[in-house]
Amino acid sequence: MTDGAGARRWDRAGIGLLLLAALAFPLVFTNAAITTYAIFTLMWVAIASAWNILSGFSGYVSLGHAAFYGIGGYALALMAESWHLTTGGYATFAYIPLAGFIAAVFALPIGWIALRTRKHSFVVITIAFIFLLQLLAFNLQGITAGSTGLPLPTPPWTGAFFNVPFYYATLVLAVAAVGVAAWVRRSKFGLGLLAIRDDEDRALGFGVPTGVYKLAAFVLSAFFIGMAGALDGYFSSYVYPQFAFNPQTDITMAAMSFFGGLGSVAGPIVGAVVLEPVQQLLSVNYADLALVVFGLVLLAVIVFLPAGVVPTLSAWARQRAARSAPTGETGAPAEALAPIRGVGESS
Amino acid sequence: MSMLEVEGVSKRFGGIQALQGCSLSVEHGSVTGLIGPNGSGKTTLFNVVTGYARPDAGTVRFEGTAIDNLPPDRILALGIGRTFQMVRIFPRLTVLENMHVPVRRQGLAGVLSGASTHEERARVLDLLRFVGLERLKNEPAGNLSFGQRRLLEIACVLMAGPRVILLDEPGGGVNPTMLRAIAGHIRELNGQGITFFVVEHNMGFVMELCHRVIVMHRGSVIAQGDPEAVRRDPAVLEAYLGE
Repeated sequence: MTDGAGARRWDRAGIGLLLLAALAFPLVFTNAAITTYAIFTLMWVAIASAWNILSGFSGYVSLGHAAFYGIGGYALALMAESWHLTTGGYATFAYIPLAGFIAAVFALPIGWIALRTRKHSFVVITIAFIFLLQLLAFNLQGITAGSTGLPLPTPPWTGAFFNVPFYYATLVLAVAAVGVAAWVRRSKFGLGLLAIRDDEDRALGFGVPTGVYKLAAFVLSAFFIGMAGALDGYFSSYVYPQFAFNPQTDITMAAMSFFGGLGSVAGPIVGAVVLEPVQQLLSVNYADLALVVFGLVLLAVIVFLPAGVVPTLSAWARQRAARSAPTGETGAPAEALAPIRGVGESS
Repeated sequence: MSMLEVEGVSKRFGGIQALQGCSLSVEHGSVTGLIGPNGSGKTTLFNVVTGYARPDAGTVRFEGTAIDNLPPDRILALGIGRTFQMVRIFPRLTVLENMHVPVRRQGLAGVLSGASTHEERARVLDLLRFVGLERLKNEPAGNLSFGQRRLLEIACVLMAGPRVILLDEPGGGVNPTMLRAIAGHIRELNGQGITFFVVEHNMGFVMELCHRVIVMHRGSVIAQGDPEAVRRDPAVLEAYLGE
């Protein structure tokens, strides 16, 4: 029925158009309020996509990855302090992958410990880690300056242009995170993670190195979330314990992935693009109601679209296609938006 | 030397002695049946042989090498595949994706490469044609009927290229037509040189398919031999019907 190569061409064309639109965005919208929304939306695309590599693909729901967001921010602040980078610039962006790397180094022992547990125990342990690190940020005053927080290099740009370098840096991060997530989804590594989600012991019995795969996914997620934390720190010029290590960051990355569709590549993107502007608009205009409305939206999604927006819509599309096709050929795989290379398409 | 040798294996779960000095062997190229009343230790024996449970005592040898301390993946890599009584497939993966899970991952390239290479895909499609599931290849495995899941599980195990396959009640929850199909597949694969060790309650299936039958009762072997002799053995009748 569907021509696999043709569908892939359309996918590529769609992705190309989206990228062009993203590249042109700050040229069209120069208003700083709007580009700020765009920066945070892209940042959440990166965070939710990275979180999805671990929690969506392997089913290990981490509510502690905001710890690596905080570590990324603090890592950049401490680098700036020890290397006397008080004035920022384009060069400062080059330190962000290093901050992500430091977050990944922290993720190695944390993941090793947390991944000895499964299911609910894993969730609880990850929550414990975010509070542990927040507590350390408050109390290791010699390093973190406690609740005073730490300054980051001050960006030199002014006026409406201020947001533009940050916009493009965040776009690069988002594209990288989504690209890596898409690659993982199509690799043997990703198939192993999905098998772990469905039946970990059976996957192990079939020769999937489950321990290594889980830890690799944990660290990979932390790397991108650490970079997002560093970028956000640079954008806002300061890191504080309660904002860097914020449990609400954990809830948000999970909520976005659940909203869009856990375990699909497109899901977290849709979740971030829909929910982040809503959250920003609400918190700016109706600060008292923001969390209430956000909670109601999530409740509605969990009740009416438990699989998330993307899988539900692609299931509808498949049913419609199946009805219109008179032959008995079965439809596309459940993961229509991100088929495994050479596995997903019908020939 | 037998292909698979179990010697004096015991296994206790709390107050239950599941295996008690159990010894048996499976010959190269045979279809060997394992029967016995419920709770006689058949599945526990399978778990011990395939590394899903560690014996408290005794040894398991595969082609002369002791395997009783190896994990399930190492045992599969050596050439012992198995299916489960309550079929274990990956319900949210498609049939094709399921088939790619047991593919060997060698070195870093085996991890980083695409989920499916050309050779792997050709082999997967061959096996799906063999078990008759090719038409359902893009269907999530969770949508398959129970019998189809059994076939998928067998096809998955075949992907790992085993030399002996342990089938735990392949006839359980499967209709007679599907059971005949499964028996046909076993016979064909056996003709290609794959050894089978089968737990099954359907006596017609066992008598028709097996060259040799081993009977277990209360964790040990009480009889073995060709199917006809075992059927007439008074100890077997007593185990099944009571004293």
